[in-house]
Formats: sequence, C-alpha cells, structure tokens
Amino acid sequence: MTNSIGEIEEAGTLLVIGSNTTETHPVIGYRMKMAQRKGASLIVVDPRRIDLAEHADLFLQLRPGTNEALLNGLIHVIIEEGLVDEEFVRERTEGYAEMEAAVKKYTPEYVEGITGVAADDIRQAARLYAQAENAAIFYTMGITQHSSGTNNVLAIANLAMVTGNVGKRSAGVNPLRGQNNVQGACDMGALPNVFTGYQPVDNRDAQSKFKKDWGVKLPTVPGLTVTEIIDGILDGKIKVLYVMGENPALSDANLNHVLEALDKVDFLVVQDIFLTETAARADVVLPAAAFAEKKGTFTNTERRVQLVRQAVNPPGDAWADWVILQELASRIGLKWNYRGPEEIFREIARLTPSYAGISYERLEKEGGLQWPCPDAGHPGTPYLHANQFSRGKGRFTPVEYQPPAEEPDEEYPLLLTTGRSLFHYHTGTMTRRSGAIDSFKPEELAQISREDAQKFGIGDGDLVKVTSRRGDVKVRVQVTEIVPPGVVFMTFHFHEAAVNRLTSNKVDPIAKIPEYKVCAVKLEKVAP
Amino acid sequence: MVSLTINGQKVEVEPEATILQAAEKLGIFIPTFCYDPQLTLVGACRMCVVEVEGMRALVASCCTPVRDGMVVHTDTERVRMAREVNLNLLLANHPLDCLTCEKNGDCRLQDYCYLYGVSESDYKGDRKDYELEDTNPFFIRDMNKCILCGLCVRTCQEVNGAAAIEIMNRGFDSKVATAFNDPLETSPCVFCGMCVDVCPVGALTPKQSIGKGRSYELDTVKTVCPYCGTGCGLELYIKNNEIVRVKGDPSSPVNRGQVCVKGHFGTDFLKNPERLKVPLIKKNGEFVESSWDEALGLVAEKLKGVKGTELAGLSSARATNEENYLFQKLLRSLGTNNIDHCARL
Amino acid sequence: MYEKQILICAGTGCVSSGSMHVQEALNEELKKHNLQDKVRIILSGCHGFCEKGPIFIVYPEDIFYCQVAVEDVPELVEEHLVKGNVVERLLYKDPVSDKRVSSHMDIPFYSKQKRQVLRNCGVIDPENIDEYIIRGGYSGMKKALNMEPMDIINTVKSSGLRGRGGAGFPTGMKWEFGYRSPGDKKYVVCNADEGDPGAFMDRSVLEGDPHAVLEGLIIAGRAIGSDEAYIYVRAEYPLAIRRLRIAIAQAEEYGFLGNNILDSGTNFKINIKEGAGAFVCGEETALLASIEGERGIPRPRPPFPAVKGLWGKPTCINNVETFANVPLILRNGAEWYSSVGTEGSKGTKIFAITGKVNNTGLCEVPMGISLREIVFDIGGGIRGGKKYKAVQIGGPSGGCIPEELLDLPVDFDSLTAKGAMMGSGGMVVMDEDTCMVDLARFFLTFTQNESCGKCTPCREGTKRMLEILQRITQGKGEPDDIERLEKLALSVKDSALCGLGQTAPNPVLTTLRYFRNEYEAHIFDRRCPAGVCKDLLSYYIDPELCIGCRACVKVCPAEAISGEKKEPHVIDETKCIRCGACFERCKKDAVKTR
Repeated sequence: MTNSIGEIEEAGTLLVIGSNTTETHPVIGYRMKMAQRKGASLIVVDPRRIDLAEHADLFLQLRPGTNEALLNGLIHVIIEEGLVDEEFVRERTEGYAEMEAAVKKYTPEYVEGITGVAADDIRQAARLYAQAENAAIFYTMGITQHSSGTNNVLAIANLAMVTGNVGKRSAGVNPLRGQNNVQGACDMGALPNVFTGYQPVDNRDAQSKFKKDWGVKLPTVPGLTVTEIIDGILDGKIKVLYVMGENPALSDANLNHVLEALDKVDFLVVQDIFLTETAARADVVLPAAAFAEKKGTFTNTERRVQLVRQAVNPPGDAWADWVILQELASRIGLKWNYRGPEEIFREIARLTPSYAGISYERLEKEGGLQWPCPDAGHPGTPYLHANQFSRGKGRFTPVEYQPPAEEPDEEYPLLLTTGRSLFHYHTGTMTRRSGAIDSFKPEELAQISREDAQKFGIGDGDLVKVTSRRGDVKVRVQVTEIVPPGVVFMTFHFHEAAVNRLTSNKVDPIAKIPEYKVCAVKLEKVAP
Repeated sequence: MVSLTINGQKVEVEPEATILQAAEKLGIFIPTFCYDPQLTLVGACRMCVVEVEGMRALVASCCTPVRDGMVVHTDTERVRMAREVNLNLLLANHPLDCLTCEKNGDCRLQDYCYLYGVSESDYKGDRKDYELEDTNPFFIRDMNKCILCGLCVRTCQEVNGAAAIEIMNRGFDSKVATAFNDPLETSPCVFCGMCVDVCPVGALTPKQSIGKGRSYELDTVKTVCPYCGTGCGLELYIKNNEIVRVKGDPSSPVNRGQVCVKGHFGTDFLKNPERLKVPLIKKNGEFVESSWDEALGLVAEKLKGVKGTELAGLSSARATNEENYLFQKLLRSLGTNNIDHCARL
Repeated sequence: MYEKQILICAGTGCVSSGSMHVQEALNEELKKHNLQDKVRIILSGCHGFCEKGPIFIVYPEDIFYCQVAVEDVPELVEEHLVKGNVVERLLYKDPVSDKRVSSHMDIPFYSKQKRQVLRNCGVIDPENIDEYIIRGGYSGMKKALNMEPMDIINTVKSSGLRGRGGAGFPTGMKWEFGYRSPGDKKYVVCNADEGDPGAFMDRSVLEGDPHAVLEGLIIAGRAIGSDEAYIYVRAEYPLAIRRLRIAIAQAEEYGFLGNNILDSGTNFKINIKEGAGAFVCGEETALLASIEGERGIPRPRPPFPAVKGLWGKPTCINNVETFANVPLILRNGAEWYSSVGTEGSKGTKIFAITGKVNNTGLCEVPMGISLREIVFDIGGGIRGGKKYKAVQIGGPSGGCIPEELLDLPVDFDSLTAKGAMMGSGGMVVMDEDTCMVDLARFFLTFTQNESCGKCTPCREGTKRMLEILQRITQGKGEPDDIERLEKLALSVKDSALCGLGQTAPNPVLTTLRYFRNEYEAHIFDRRCPAGVCKDLLSYYIDPELCIGCRACVKVCPAEAISGEKKEPHVIDETKCIRCGACFERCKKDAVKTR
C-alpha cells in the first residue's frame, strides 16, 4: 500500500476494484464501511455482487478480465470532463500525452461493450473518484491474477496520477496483501531477482555489499519464479526443491502440472507445521514452530514492521524456522551464529536501507514502524511518494485492453473465477485444522447463478463435476445472486475440491502471476 | 480550554470533552457499562451518573459535555444511591452464578457490585428466562445475563458494519437479537466476535475459553495475527502453554482492537494433534520418524550435492522476516537465485 | 342568504357520540321543510364540553343544545327553526340551580374559561381557510414576515410564553438557540404526539383550528431561519391528520406556504409524519429519531435538538399548543399576551378534565386560576355528591394534588414545587372511592408498558416499582416496601435518561407524600381504605339488616354463605372469593365490605 489503513476513514472516495475486502481483509473492510458511513463515496468494482457491494454507493459489476478497459474508460471520462489534476500531471509525471492518446478510444459506450458496465455508471464513478479531495484505490488479486495483471496495475497507477491522488493522505494506490507476511517475504528478498529491500541481484553494488557481509560468493543473474521452477523441474533443470511453509500442491495454478513436478523432483524438503499436501510428497519433512511459538517480525500490507512474540512452546520436537535454517547452514559449512531473531534483524537493518532505522527496541516501544525508515530518528512513512516518486517522475504507461488468455467457448461455456472466503485462509493448512472454523464451514460450495442452475438443470446443494482443459473436481453447488450468469466462483481452500486443478498457468509476461481469475469450464451434475 | 471543578479539584480540558474524560484526566474513577470511546455515546446504562451543581437531575458523565465553571461531584450520597439502586436493579434480573460463570474476575457487574457493596437484589419479581443460544461453534449467548448496555449492538453496527443484531422488543422485554430473533448463523453475522470482547458481563462467552481458566490466571502476550496481510495486533491469553482466549489488541495502530473470525477464533490449530512434532524421512515410500541430526544431515548433503542452478527454494509468506531473510541467505549462499514464495497467489 | 347557522360539533368526542348522524338527519329534515337554502350547517371543531355532546348551536340566537340525538332532530327543526320556539328540554341544565341555560356563555363550564387558543374551536369551519382569515388568521404571520428574526424572538421572549408540552421551557429562548445554531439547513418540528391517557388538547386544536398551528410553524421558521417543518402526529388522530392536510393544501394555495411566501423571500414547507403510537415518541429526541425512521428511542441531551436535531441539523421543536399561541402573540403583541397569567407563567393553558367530575371535557383557563375553580366551577364539582380526594395533573408523569392544596394557583412553578407538573394538560379528578395506591399502580402500569427499555433505571426500575405496587394492592405488601419503593422512585427520577423515566415515579412519590397512610393501611392493616383493592376486601353481612332471604346463598359461587331461613346469614371469609355477587344481589344492603 502506498498509504495506511488508518487513513481509510478520512478518504473522500474509495475505489475498491478486484478486492473482496470484507472477506479477505475483514478489518480493512470494516474501515471502508466506516468511511462510507462517515460520508465517503464507496465505489466497488467486481464481477461478483460481493458483500461490500451491498454497502457501496456505486457498484460496477464488470465481466471478469476486463479491468483495464474499465480503468481506461474512467481515465477517458476524467480527461473528457476536465477533471485532470493538471498541476500534478505537469509537475510530477511524464508520458501523459501517450497515455491520453491510448485512452482516447475508451469512451464509456465502448467500455460498456467490453465490460458490461453501463456507460453512465462509468461516468458517475469517474466523477466520484476525480472530484473527491482525497480518493484512494484498493485492489487485490482481482487485478493482478490475470494474464494482463501488470497492465491492470499500470492502468490503476495512471488513474491515480491523472487525478493527483498519490503522495498525500487518504489517497494512493493500495494493493492489499493477502498473507500475514507476504510483504515481509518480498522485503526480505525471498524473490528471484532482488536481495532485501528490493536491491537487484544483478546490481554490482548490491552484489558486493551482500558478498562482503555474508562472506560467500553470490549468483549474479536473477533466478526462476514459482511457475518457472515447476516448469524447470519438469524440464529436468531443477533437481532439489526446498519448500519452507508453502503449499504449492494446493495453491498453484494448473495443479496437475504442479503435482507432476513435485513427484518428479529428485529431492523435496518441506518444512511446515502440518503434513500438507506438499509435505506428503516430500523426501524429508522438518517440523516447524507456528506464529505464536516463536519471536520475530512480520511486515503488514501497509509496510508496518511489527513484533511477533512467543506465547506458547512448539509441540514435541518442532523448531522455529530460523533455528532449523541455522542448524542446516552450519551442516552445510556456513558459519552463522545468531543468538536469536533480534540479532538476525540487526543484520537485516544493516543491509536494507528501508529498514535501517528499525530495531526491536523501537518496535517494542513504538508498536510498529512503516518503512521506509532510513534511520533511528525517522518516524516511519505512513504514505509513499509524498514529494517525489522513487524513480523521480511518475511515468504514465499507455495500456491496451487485452482479453483473458482463455475464454468460454462451446465446449467450456462457463467462466471460472477463484478467490477466498471469510472463514478460510489460503490452502486451509491452519483454518481447516481449526475446530470451530472448520466445523462452521466444512466444505467448498461452488457459486453459480440462478440462470445457469436452470440452464444446466442443477439445484442448490447438488454435486457437480467442474471440468476445465486441465482437470476436473467434484463439488457441491450454491445457487446464488452473488455471481452473474456465465460465471462460476470457487475458493482454493479445500483439498477435497482443489480448484487449482482447473485453473490456467498462463502467466502475466512481466509479473509471472498466473491467471487464476479467468479460465473456461463446464459443469455436469453427478451422482453423490 | 475549559476549566471545571470535580470533587473540589480543578481541571482544564478541551471544550468538546465530557465530564467523564475530565474526571479521567484527574484520575477520578467513574463506573460505566455502556461507554466506549470508539462508539456512539448513548448514555443508557446510567452507571456513570454524577451530580452537577445547578442541574435538577443527575447527569450521565459519559455523554455530558463540560462547561466552563461547572462544579461536579462524582461520589456524593445521592450519586452512590443512584448507582447502588442501578446495580440492585440489574442484579434483580441477572443470574448469580458467578461460581461457574466464565466472566468471573473480569466482570464489570461483579466489580461494581463489590465496589458498592451490593450482594443481592432488594427486588424480587419477574426475571428474564431465555434459552441459551449455543448453535454456533464460536461463542455462546446467554441473554439472561445481558444487561442491555448495547455495546455489542453498536460494535456490530458501527465497527463491523454487519448490523446483525439490534435490541428487539421494548421496555422490560428488550433483548439483543437478530432480525426476527433468528439464529446468528442465518443472520448477517460474520462471527468476528467483537461483541464478545466488548460485553462487560458474561452474556457472551467464547467457547474456546470455557473451563480453561479464570481471567486472573491468564498471561497475556501481544502479537500479530497469522492470517491475512492486514497485520492486526492480537492479545493471546495463555494458561498452561495453551491459548485459551484471543482478543484484538486495542493498542495496535493497525486494528485498534478490531478482529475477524479467523484471528479471533482460528488459533486453535496450534494444538491440533496433527501438528508435526518430529522430523520425518521417507523410506520406501513411507515416512519414518527421525532425529534432527539425521534429517538435517540428509538435507545438507542433498543441498550441497547439486549445482546452484539445480536448486530452488520456496520461502514462506507466513514465516517471519528473520526466517525469510535466512532462507534467501541460505539459498543464495548455495549459489542460486531460484527463490520465490507465494506472493503471486 | 342564510337566515340561520347551525354549528354541529365535529370534534372526535362529538363524532363518537353521534354528531355526524345528527348532521345527516338535520340535512334530511331541512329538505323536508325546504329550509336547505335558509339554514347553513357548519361542522365545527371541538367545543370542549364533550360530556354533553353532540353539541348543536343555533345562531344568531346562540342557543346551545346539548346531547342532541338523531330522534331529537325533527322536533328541533319543527319547533325551533320553523316555529321559533326554543326546545327547553335539550338545553343545558345547571346541576346546581337545576335551571335550563340557553346560551353557552351562561354555562359555568364556559364562563370561567379564557378561550384564547381555543377561540376558533367550535366557532369556525376548520376546513375553510377563509373563516380562519376573517377572524384575524395569518395576520401574525404577515407581521412576522416583515420582522427581523431576532425581533420575532424577542417578542416571543417578552410575551413570557413557555412550552406547553410539559416542561415549560421558555419558548423564545429555545428559538434563540435554534436561531444562533449555525447551519444552512434547519428544521421546525411540531410535537403532536399527544400520548397522555385521556388528554386531547392538541387533538382539539388540530381538529378545530389547524391553521393556527401552521401559522405558528411559519413564524417559528422565519424566526430561526428554517424552511421546512414536520408535524409529528399520532396515526390514532385520523381526523386531525385529514384537517392538517386540507389546511396545508389551502395554505399552499394562498401562498402562505411554499417558496417566497407573500414576496418576503421566505420559503417554508410543512410535512406530516404519522407516529405509530409509542408514548415515548412524545419525548423530543425519540420523536426526532422516529421521524428519521429509526427506533423511537431517546438520545442523551446535550446536544439539544436546537444544536443537533433532526438529521443532525439545528431543530426547533415545540408542542401544538405552544405553536397555536404564537400567532396571537405576534398579532396582539407581547404585552397583550403577558397581561394574562402569573409572574412566571403567562397566557392560558388548556386542560382535558376527566374523572369523577360532573363536566368532563376541554377547558382553557388563565394561568394562575386555582385548582378549586377548575374542579368545582368548570368541572361542576364531584359527581354524585361524593367527596373530592385528589386531582392527578400532568398525566401518568404527573402527580396528585390533595384537597389541602386545592387553592394552589395553576402555573408551572407552583405545581412543580408540589411534586406534580403542568404536563401537557391532562387532569384526572378522583373522589373518595379512589384508592391512591391503586392509582399509582394504574399509572405505573402505563409508564412501565411504555418504557422503551434503553436505560436501566426506567427499564428495570419501573418494572420493580410496579411489582411492589401490585404486591401492596394484592395485600402482599411487606413492611419495608414503602421505604424500598420510595428509594427506588427517587433514584429512577434522579437518574433515568429521558423525561419519561424521570417523571414516571411522580405518581408514586406524590401519593406517598400525600397519602402515605393509605399505603400503610394496605401493608400493615391489610386494608384498602377506599375499598378498591379486591384482594384486600372482605365481605360481611350486617345481622341487623339481614332478613334471611337466602338470595345471597343462592348466588354465591363459592358456597361461602350459610344461615337458616329468616335468620341472619354469615359469610365464611376463608371460602369467599370476593366476587361481589352477594353484594349486588342483596335487596336490603345487608352485605357490607370492610
């Protein structure tokens, strides 16, 4: 997030696109609803009539996979109606003319044809967004999990910059991160192309800094992403896979492909708290401590580094991940000698400019600090880009609408989109093993519209087989008003109905994110 | 700034301040049930009544703004009588089962009865007689214990926004209920359980806690929720190496005490019997328990045994920063940048 | 040209005693005698003397007929309208002198009154704006439209007008708060949620002179800077609502409502909101919540509505009678207005007088009149020659006034000093047959039932007070119940959230103050001095009077009476269920109670 959770309530307009916030980020959802009750305009853009849509001033129900057309349409109206923040565009950005030319053809009527959203609603949304003193955009995987994900994000950036809604309170571009420490994992360089704090692995200075500090030789070309690693296994390039606290056997797109790879890899180590679907395929399983069983830090979606404290002991002989890693390092011949997480953190701060001013002592005292926090006297940064963008001027990038990689056809007439529910989390490793929660929501229910239920002769609660070009799952059906006709919605929490057997591993060419949000499927009723 | 006198002590406060806030500034205690600074002020419980010179009746200090020159008394005979009668009235319609009540020791009704010396009610008569509502796995509702302060209703409406509950009926028959008194499961309730945390008495009890320890036996640890990326602060209540209750951390700048169903009621996976407790090595297609030495030795050997480019690692968006740091440090030290995690999922 | 006018009362009281049927019959009868072009029938508002309804007045001679039935109409037409003879038997008969009185000005019920607010009620056709205008209507508004807001407010302030809803807050001061509250949108609200049992002052004004209320609202709007008003009126007042709607439509047609009223630049719109009958919605904050579509539950004050009222906007809220006073003040001046009344209470007050008096109905009296005058002159004294015991003033939230205080002047401050309150004007007169504990129980039953349940003292406290009172009236009172009740009542009064809860204990506290001995008799002697509380009654047979006819033995369902024929009978108290059958059956009045 460029901005902070605490600023939501003061915003004039909230544009929530591709985010089922009240289910995936409930507490942020509360704030959005509070802001709306306080007088903010809430615009919700989603293919499904999600809970937040019920609280919205304006709900735009777009066809899945048409985000960039809609975003271009909003910018088109803003330009046409003279709502551009000209001073901001002039002083703080570049490339406006190219972007302006690109959105020229995205008239509300043209966009209506692509997205199915009424032209007048597009106009009204553009006005509500552009006329507010402070307007904030929120998005999650509904924007990124597309083969055009990068373009979607760029279009969002264009929209925010054209109205000057960057670099001030209660505005900005705010991706809501899905996992407790996904921000931290990225910050820590658990990515193929960067060290901590996004220092590129192919940058000489960074290389020499880390080489010197760590006292080892370092690879200099970026590595492979998750999807490439899976492909790499199948290609025979990757022989050993070490998985710490991840469950690709349920979470990754085109699961059959992933399972094939996990079965093929020469040696698979899985370090986790439960015997997950992935761990079950491992050669060695290492028992780890869970969140309340160890000390450390998490970094949340608003870049706030917070202390995690130990409350109970790990079960049996399970160890904290950092202990396991250190023990392993010593067996490999690396001379690590961390006495605890705090010492590791000091090293992180030393090597990471955006974390340089953060220490356990400060976290204990100040209750969390938002990076960038370059020195010990810095109060942290509630919102980014206050005076300038990281690269200097903000660059507008022209974006063209590009249809999803796989669309419904005669054979697979329905569009499957995936997401999460309020009661479960990710692959269910934790929530499926929480007595109360799992007893409350014990099984997946695929959402289909009344119209499709009628069309395919399926009733509420019926068992169906959902089939895509890549696989099939059996699941019971919930007939609902939430999804529009032609769309099926499933979550990926349930191994019994692992939706990623169906999804496509077609990825965005830049971000390498698979298109979880759109693939073509068919439904057949089956005997229970 | 406005200047007023409370119990003979002068205090200066902002003009928007209430008498209660001014008293707090002086460290003068005033009992409250229905007051929560995050919620609309309703002045309903009347526990916080005080005497203001020149005013005919007692006033609720929680929602009465200060005035310059105001003279307030918070502990006169008249005030004490009003509070004592108030407690007496509540007690007349409240089970006296403190011995088995989960809320014992952390109950404001109990605390104030102690403070004002009310041990049983003066008033005999009708009592509420509601069935225990025990149909959801998260918490029990015992409306016989409800004192109708309305904190849960306002929390549901003003904090969560679900507005699943309201006060049904009127007068003596008032009851906190969903529309049509349906079970919570078929209402807009999303089981965040924030109602449970604000309840000043034992009307709402988290099932996780039942029989697991008195509030004064529990240790509190502040940490961060293991679920989504919001990063809510949680207070874990611990007894005998077990989390027996979770509450949102009111001091967290992120969630200000707010929580959702997962953070609130979803930490019991920690003690799930399926937890991995020892290293496992697959031998002939079967997992065999092993020592750390053996398992780590084997892994070290395999990691060293391939070229860096043949090695890949998936780090964890659920592990700590320190652990992610060490993971990438380890893999990079082994000569590979093939490191990723589920950021894209 | 009409030769005669006949006013038939079309207030709710007379309508329910049949005035509409009388009107139909009269129409028929006039046609029969071909008088329909010579006699004009006017359906008027309430005359207040509901006890004697339907009321039927013939002008120009001003002959006041009462309790006119359909069967009387042919005679009235034949005798009075055709032959010119007054029908003596339908005139009002003074209960004291036993003489027939032909003009209503000679009836004591009217002669002690000062009908200022009710000046048009029973006189004009409330559905005809011209009749209101002819009698000076809307001239106060016209004056106000040419005045500066503060001048209007100062006029109202110096008139001494105080809110007629009950609490008696100075109206001008309230308006000034509204005027001084910053805001581009402000509201005026008329509280017409008259809820006290037996009270119908506001209904009569709305039914009989709706334009007076509208005029008052427009003036208030001009004064505080509001362009919109709501009248919150109970749905149980369909006639009032209908007449208000007609009046609003007429006022709009005449340009008294709408945009740029009479070229003054002032805009004003009046909406009607029908209330659903909760007593607590008469409390101003609950009323505002109800208009907003929320549950009708009081909110804490401050902020007062004048600062933060309807939809959070500054709102001036007054009661019907208050607004109806305003046009008079503007028209005749503050000095004229304040010439009537006492030091602290100016003008008049309307009361709905009911209970054990000869004349029940509506009366408007100058402030400062004594209770004795109201009860004995206007009310015509206690019915059936019984003894006066008390008057409950202020409705269920008020208190009772015993005989020794009958010379108390009726004004806001004197009543409050005695534990009662002016209230909105309900007045229930009790005679010696009224049990004061039972009376307190009766009123508590009402307020307990109407408690919204929001605050603890009212929700739980009224319930417990009622239970104690029930216990006492059932003969199960405990020695410390009086102390318990008194402590509870004082506490509830002192700590409840809104006016309903704060005043609900008044009947308890005043009966305890003035009739404590009755409580003691119930508790310690297990006796109800008034003989009302059934459970405390015991029947016995006076052997001196009993002739041994066995009639009582036969009717007794409990077989509690024994005795030989022609011998005095005896009631077995342990078997008696106190049904009273023997009491009613005995021809010799030998069955007695104690």
